[in-house]
Amino acid sequence: MTKKWVGQRLTRTEDPRLLTGQALFVDDVEIPGMLHAAFLRSDYAHARLQSIDVSAARERPGVVAVYTAEDMGDAWQHGPPLVIPPPTVEDVVFHTRTQVPLVKDKVRYLGEPLAMVLAESRYIAEDAVEDIFVDLEPLEAVVDLEAALEPGAPLVHDDLDSNLAAHLVQDKGDYAAAREKADLVIQRRIVIDRCVAGAMENRGIVASWDKKAQHLTIWDTTQAPIPVRNGLAGMFGLASNQVRVIAPFVGGGFGPKIMMFYAEEVLLTWATLKLGRPIKWIEDRRENFLATTQERGQVHDAEIAITRNGRILGVSHTFLHDTGAYDPYGLTIPLNTQSHAMSAYDVPNYHSDLKVVFTNKMITTPVRGAGRPQGIFLMERLLDVAAKELGMDRIEIRKRNFIPPEAFPYNHKIIDQAFAELVLDSGNYLATLEKAVDMIGYEEFIKEEQPRLRAEGRHVGIGIVSFIETTGVGPYEGARVTVETDGRVSVATGVGTQGQAHFTSFAQIVADQLGVSPRDVRMVTGDTAEFHWGTGTFASRGSVVAANAIHAAAKSVRAKILKLASKVLETPEEELELEDGVVRVADVPRQSISLGELAALANPLRGAVEPGTEPGLESTDYFGPQYGATANGAHAMILEVDPETMMVDIKRYVAVEDCGTMLNPLVVEGQVHGGIALGIGNSYYEQLVYDENGQLLNASLADYLIPTAWEIPRIEVGHEETRSPLNPIGSKGVGEAGTIPVPALFAQALEDALADYGVEVLEAPMSPNKLFELLQAAEHKT
Amino acid sequence: MSDLINVTVTVNGTQYARAVEPRLLLSDFLRHDLGLTGTHVGCEHGVCGACTVLFDGEPVRSCLMFAVQADGHKVLTVEGLGTMDNMHPLQEAFQEAHAVQCGFCTPGFLMSLLPFLEENPNPTEEEIREAISGNLCRCTGYQHIVDAVKLAAEKMRT
Repeated sequence: MTKKWVGQRLTRTEDPRLLTGQALFVDDVEIPGMLHAAFLRSDYAHARLQSIDVSAARERPGVVAVYTAEDMGDAWQHGPPLVIPPPTVEDVVFHTRTQVPLVKDKVRYLGEPLAMVLAESRYIAEDAVEDIFVDLEPLEAVVDLEAALEPGAPLVHDDLDSNLAAHLVQDKGDYAAAREKADLVIQRRIVIDRCVAGAMENRGIVASWDKKAQHLTIWDTTQAPIPVRNGLAGMFGLASNQVRVIAPFVGGGFGPKIMMFYAEEVLLTWATLKLGRPIKWIEDRRENFLATTQERGQVHDAEIAITRNGRILGVSHTFLHDTGAYDPYGLTIPLNTQSHAMSAYDVPNYHSDLKVVFTNKMITTPVRGAGRPQGIFLMERLLDVAAKELGMDRIEIRKRNFIPPEAFPYNHKIIDQAFAELVLDSGNYLATLEKAVDMIGYEEFIKEEQPRLRAEGRHVGIGIVSFIETTGVGPYEGARVTVETDGRVSVATGVGTQGQAHFTSFAQIVADQLGVSPRDVRMVTGDTAEFHWGTGTFASRGSVVAANAIHAAAKSVRAKILKLASKVLETPEEELELEDGVVRVADVPRQSISLGELAALANPLRGAVEPGTEPGLESTDYFGPQYGATANGAHAMILEVDPETMMVDIKRYVAVEDCGTMLNPLVVEGQVHGGIALGIGNSYYEQLVYDENGQLLNASLADYLIPTAWEIPRIEVGHEETRSPLNPIGSKGVGEAGTIPVPALFAQALEDALADYGVEVLEAPMSPNKLFELLQAAEHKT
Repeated sequence: MSDLINVTVTVNGTQYARAVEPRLLLSDFLRHDLGLTGTHVGCEHGVCGACTVLFDGEPVRSCLMFAVQADGHKVLTVEGLGTMDNMHPLQEAFQEAHAVQCGFCTPGFLMSLLPFLEENPNPTEEEIREAISGNLCRCTGYQHIVDAVKLAAEKMRT
């Protein structure tokens, strides 16, 4: 059977619904009698709760209930830890401290919820929040990572000796020995600061307990409806099939929507069970800055040991990772940093000393990239500094260290976020880089264009970086494929969708197996009533794990179709083909039966069935990869900077990506564009600015600068393809690929543009202010 | 709670008479009082543009207006632009160019672009980027949206 649909640039089936305003998002859910929730949130980052008086709020007309931690009784619990520390790493120190639904003793981050108001409208609920009298005794806050670990620092968790949340050391080979043999050891301090995911849709929940039916329905902007359903059912003593969690159309995820058992999820569930009325909470944008998780804060003291030929002997870094006030997500982010610190290179010796630190800031959980950008930033910056000191071309130094294609599977030996040794499955890093070099016209730019522009006094720079991206991690996903009696195909899978085109790209897989049009495949994602086994959409795994589960289920259904059709058409299976929604005898088109008719035959209303047959043309299958597939890429950019205004103009941007087999190249390009846009934000425009009291100074879109169409350049995307041997489709993930290398690339290009100043860019994000300071310092030196 | 005010607003050609609080936002009125949930709310401080609708033909941030301000006026929302079976060329172009990912910002872009294209039937890339610089998108990186606008302009010229 010839492959038709996978690999095609098919436009999306779901678009007309979204384009005409007919798609259901959580805030579109309206249920008669629905109440609205609003939260009183702490105005201090660190404070002791002395008292709280909600009596006036309860009196306000239209207010139905006001709850504090006291009112919850035994239902008040810390959230469950979502990711335990890796059992495979020895001597891990880990202090589990998870978030609470409402503050009981003290506030640990700005915006931590103190009370919940339920009223007939959000307007009244917000009015009532103002009626609450709360007495908070402000405490000194810890905001800076290094200060947090100093003796005598205020403690985020009073029952611990310090603000150390975790300590983990990983080694590959013997870095200390390698260092001795090096011709050059370069040491640098690298600082990366926090950003938000900034999805256009804020979080939201509607929880509705039907007391008579004894059934709980929850609409949630979550990326993980199945674990949320299982967790909430368990928390409140319900059977899992009494709970349905629906993630309808979700306006962007980017990571924080996979944080689970947010206070609001727990509270709305508790309250609807108590009151027997549906309740809605929609986060506003300011709340999103305070109450939704963030990521990226790290400080590294790093070094690279290298030969005069540019061969890396080893990399070592001691780093601090900011987990915020609690650590429900374990070590996932910093483990990703460690597993990407060696990136695409053959690094024989590696030492990493990780300390995770509690601070009085919002909890960190993965944001697109999830710790990988920091690791890539580290390695690419060290290589660039080394290249300068050795007088070596930056492309050359990378080429000399790439893991060659023959070396796969390549075991980096350290433990990654999947709790197993990091193994890179496949790739051709040289080919990817060379394509980027070619597409950006590197040689010509360096030799001709740049000197010419520099002679005109312009500050133009070029950057080029390589990176890997671990994707497609387990444990597994599942899917059910069903041929309906009208000939269309229904598919259900457990992952949710936040814009990744699952309704289309997954349908392309089914279309190829069953000989139908992808437009006739009705795809359902993110509804636990339709499919209830699986984990969720995260870590660039949908196009690997969910896709392969769908592939397996479609293949099983294909086998059933052929078996039954063979009987019905009295023809051996090998002589049958599936095309245009029918099964026909090859070369005898009149001898055929439509899939719909076959589906009806497969589900008789009378008579006996053969033992061992299953009804219908349906199959449920699962896929769990042995380990995560590793994608790779190379990005290049040419930018111009004005050293007087600090304004940056990206002239050209090239992204070469290798995500193995592509389901839909149009979708892949969209993902790459969007990822890069976020990466550009992470490089120059976006930073969460906390003051020394833990106050977030830029909690609005007016002050936190998400890039517009003016800041994002046109991006030229190139493709390389090394199929993953780890799954039948050969795919690797690509959801985060765009974001990961951008800060490293931006830093390199910026340095190149300002070569006459001799600045070093070792932090992300940069900003006009920071650049100004760097240039001032540089000018003072010369 | 203050007294309610009677308003009559024409939305997508249909006249609606309602009694509303003075402080009710136009975005909330459209979405919850009239059930027209195609207009989305991303920030409520006038930056993201997701709530953009046409007010007497001009693009406005419905999150920064009150329903009472719309009394006697005409509003056009995304539901008035086209239907699933009969999309406006601008909507068709968005689908063809893969300009939609999560779709949350999309209605705001469409409503901002409609008057822009009427006044600029043959825009350059730069003009398009400036026209949409008041609408935030976190998913697409804007490129396919720009492509969609060029395609829509072409469709609308013929």
